[in-house]
Amino acid sequence: MRQGEKSRGSTGVGRASKREARTAWLFLAPGLALFVLFVLVPVVAALYLSLCRYDIIHSPVWVGARNYARIGEDLSNHGVFYLSLRNTAQYALGTVPVGMALALGLALLVNAGLRGISVHRTTYYLPVVTSLVAISMVWMWLYDPSYGLLNYGLELLSRAVSFVTGHKVMIPPQTWLGNPGQAMAAIVVMSIWRGLGYNMVIYLAGLQGIPEHLYEAALIDGASRWQRFRAITWPLLKPTTAFILVTSVIGASQVFAQVYVMTNGGPNNSTTTIVHQIFQNAFSFLKMGYASAMAFVLFVIIFALSLITLRLTRGGQVEYA
Amino acid sequence: MRLGIARKTLLHLLLAIGGVAMILPFLWMVSTSLKPEREIFHYPPVWLPSAWQWGNYGRAMESAAFGQYFINTTIYATMVTVANLLLCSMAAYAFARLRFRGRDTLFVLVLGTMMIPAQVTMVPVFIMLKRCPLVGGNDWLGMGGHGLLNTYPGLILPAAVGAFGIFLLRQFFMTLPRELEDAARIDGCSEAGIYWRIILPLSKPALATLGIFTFTAAWNEFLWPLLITSKDSMRTLQLGLQVFQSQYTTRWDLLMAGTVVVTLPVLIIFLAGQRYFTRGIAMSGIKG
Repeated sequence: MRQGEKSRGSTGVGRASKREARTAWLFLAPGLALFVLFVLVPVVAALYLSLCRYDIIHSPVWVGARNYARIGEDLSNHGVFYLSLRNTAQYALGTVPVGMALALGLALLVNAGLRGISVHRTTYYLPVVTSLVAISMVWMWLYDPSYGLLNYGLELLSRAVSFVTGHKVMIPPQTWLGNPGQAMAAIVVMSIWRGLGYNMVIYLAGLQGIPEHLYEAALIDGASRWQRFRAITWPLLKPTTAFILVTSVIGASQVFAQVYVMTNGGPNNSTTTIVHQIFQNAFSFLKMGYASAMAFVLFVIIFALSLITLRLTRGGQVEYA
Repeated sequence: MRLGIARKTLLHLLLAIGGVAMILPFLWMVSTSLKPEREIFHYPPVWLPSAWQWGNYGRAMESAAFGQYFINTTIYATMVTVANLLLCSMAAYAFARLRFRGRDTLFVLVLGTMMIPAQVTMVPVFIMLKRCPLVGGNDWLGMGGHGLLNTYPGLILPAAVGAFGIFLLRQFFMTLPRELEDAARIDGCSEAGIYWRIILPLSKPALATLGIFTFTAAWNEFLWPLLITSKDSMRTLQLGLQVFQSQYTTRWDLLMAGTVVVTLPVLIIFLAGQRYFTRGIAMSGIKG
């Protein structure tokens, strides 16, 4: 690892800077080589493959834009890829706004500077570190139609409502993951639960970056709690919000593991997502070309969404003097 | 902000109620893993097992090669972590401390790779590993065998360096004072020596953060091992757990025992190194 430890004998500036540059490239070489091999070359290869028919057994056959045309057909016929786009959008719309609002609320509560607050912080962060596969299995068990804790919760709820209102109320047990109308919502709830702590910690870092004297000045001016939030906290958190929004949207558009484990896209394709379709087409149906074209569609979507969110959240940056 | 006792209690209560909702799935997982079978399929649910069935764990471990999965995952996660710490810190050192033409452009390019979703590159990388010449029964054209599929290098190499790690360490290196380095240079220390004996020891907190992040991410990784390994002897814990689940769909006692075993190591790492987690996220959040 260590290169020869020669002293910088020569005094020539040009020579020294040349040596510095050479050292720099030596330090960069292993990392850059891996980037070229596992990112750059594959991206170009994926673009080429997306213009081919390829089943990994026979050599690729050039088909031009036919894979993209098939995606277009699928979209206009409301085929499976269309469904996967729709489901992914539903997942994003379900997880991102609610998840962010909850995370901000939590961060505000946790930031209040109470003693013993770190216990809560740890609790809310716990699901973040556990694996999606493991946690998906736990939630499958919670969602179990016959013996799951959730349906039991519904029964307890019905009893409580009946007791309070005096009328017999009965919420029937649900099939959750087995119901095309509920499966995606069930996955969304699990995913919000898992991601909450992560965004909470980022919001917390943002909150701790807001100078305390602004709040003190606002208090002297007699600003209410809500006014302080509106005029100080929210605007100064804008970069944090933008960051969380962009990363959450990107993450949501790549949702895969929980879908693969909990429903494998079913029932009736009601939970299949873009990445699930890419995976299935590439590795189950061996349509590597078609899958690569889908991957590029995903790439374009992610790129566009990132640009739009950044543009939207950049407007109206606040200066505080 | 000063809060009254009543407010404080209310706040704690509110957070605690939410906290129970966060913890409940974990408690239910542990409770189920220790139940006799008839108490699993019982309605209304039984909260605590009447007799704690520690044998469920043994039975789960015997039903699949969890020992092998554990070894595979440990090797995979450890090697990925070591590789990332070394390669990211070397690149970060060059970006933070050395001058060369095109440095800033190159840095932006490296960061730009974070925009590329892994799903775009996964098919070509899979093909490249399968067609890697002269290994795994392949001829020099990469035909005939399985290449690097079902091997440790196939699992590890594509994850051995990351733009995020380079970014994180570079930001940290930039904050280190230059005096020590300059003194070392005057004493005739080489750049490699400065990197190894000055920068790295001063950067232990940042390295710990990156290390813990990389390790848990690799430990929990699912998609990549799913593509690269098909042999049972090469599976990681996450993959093994998923296959186990597809075979024993209704044995919730064994499934939850397996889940506890897979989850426990990262939970321990998290509880031990908590401050590194939160600091790492905070660093990425603020600079992002």
